[in-house]
Amino acid sequence: MDDVELRELVPRVLSVLVRRGADFATAEDAVQEALIRALSAWRSAPPADPAGWLITVSWRAFLDLTRSEAARRDREVRFDTEPPAGAIPSDDDTLRLYFMCAHPDLSSSSAVALTLRAVGGLSTRQIAQAYLVPERTMAQRISRAKRVVSGTGVDRPGDVGTVMRVLYLVFNEGYSGDVDLAAEAIRLTRQLAALVDEPEVHGLLALMLLHHARRRSRTGPDGRIVPLAEQDRGQWDAGLIAEGIVITHAALARDQLGEYQTQAAIAALHADAPRVEDTDWVQIVEWYDELLRFADTPIVRLNRAVAVGEADGALAGLAALAEVDDLVPRREAVAAYLHEKNGDLDLAARLYADAARNAPNLAERDHQTRQAARLNQQRQHQ
Amino acid sequence: MAKYLLLKHYRGAPAPVNNVPMDQWKPDEVEAHIRFMNDFATRLEGSGEFIDGQALSPDGVWVRYDGEGRAPVTDGPFAETKDLIAGWMVIDVDSYERAIELAGELSAAPGAGGRPIYEWLEVRPFMAAPSNFCH
Repeated sequence: MDDVELRELVPRVLSVLVRRGADFATAEDAVQEALIRALSAWRSAPPADPAGWLITVSWRAFLDLTRSEAARRDREVRFDTEPPAGAIPSDDDTLRLYFMCAHPDLSSSSAVALTLRAVGGLSTRQIAQAYLVPERTMAQRISRAKRVVSGTGVDRPGDVGTVMRVLYLVFNEGYSGDVDLAAEAIRLTRQLAALVDEPEVHGLLALMLLHHARRRSRTGPDGRIVPLAEQDRGQWDAGLIAEGIVITHAALARDQLGEYQTQAAIAALHADAPRVEDTDWVQIVEWYDELLRFADTPIVRLNRAVAVGEADGALAGLAALAEVDDLVPRREAVAAYLHEKNGDLDLAARLYADAARNAPNLAERDHQTRQAARLNQQRQHQ
Repeated sequence: MAKYLLLKHYRGAPAPVNNVPMDQWKPDEVEAHIRFMNDFATRLEGSGEFIDGQALSPDGVWVRYDGEGRAPVTDGPFAETKDLIAGWMVIDVDSYERAIELAGELSAAPGAGGRPIYEWLEVRPFMAAPSNFCH
């Protein structure tokens, strides 16, 4: 059993403990304790029933933690050492755990951290590394989140919408440290989709799979950005794309369209084109129009302007861009692209330089600087 | 060992010798610069002298407290005359001389025409933790 298979058992084990009456915060610590023991004990002798082993060891760890807590408070408390009957975890319990960790009273950074630990089974150190914060800071964030959830969470848990938002945040964080957060988000969304049969959950899973499929081609070996049009489509993961497209179609067929399904439909149209010139931009614009119904944000409008530029030409794209808020990030980059397409190289070069100056990260700054330099050289040769 | 901060400025440093905005460089000159910067940090990691490197966006505002129950006052974006930090690298090296040597190397990053930029970098020693001998 590898690390991921082990962590897959975590939400079930934790929900058993909570169902047996353990308080959430202590139970969660107990499960982490059991995970650490499992890593060393299972190497020599893997148990026949891993979930049962984890439940037993977690329960003992919970009792130890509670006893020492009770002793610390100098109070006499007796616990049954044998777990109460009826401890079989149900899907509803696991789902409730998801909802608790995405509780609406939590800030998004807390909900993300708690979900990764309590549902994902990652250690505080791994989560801290992934988000580039000190381990102590992350430990505080998680224990505060647990206090919030323990206090109010049970009466008024989150809903599937907040869970999806949290998982999408995790997915978009990308990669640093030894944990692949995008892969982790996909794993947890798969688990969620098995628990809640809602088209939007499947839409979110499909969206993640379709984006993840392109991951290898999105950056060069030196970390440089490779735009969609220049990506080596041979490097796209055909298996993930096929799965993403099947899930998208099945979700759309249920006729309850939502934001994630719409984004998955757009991603599927990109993934489905063997060459960039085969992209069905007209249909993509139609899906962006749908997306505006669910999320009329400047970013959606900005992306729509790019699609309009491809479907109906640069001038149409610029007209669509004129309706987009001036302050939205990356607007200058899109304007530069459309003006270049329209043949106005001077303006485009200036806009690329502006885009570089205002880029939100170094990879994008380098990318936009390269674009400006390329155009400036082209202009000199004209 | 002693820690030093190497500061790079968007504005406020003396003008470099090779002073051409980056978007006016040739594409291969841009590539050479980016490669140099990546290699520099990697090399210092390899020699065990690299602590941290971060870049800052040119955006920013001044903020100050404005009294009980009132929202803080902000003033910005920064005036064009303000000294503006672009980023930093923290190094942990054996001597002041080594810090100066490394800052000199970083200042020689290739720029327009493939020639070094001769950029001015600010080198600032960290205040060290009190030594055990002091008290």
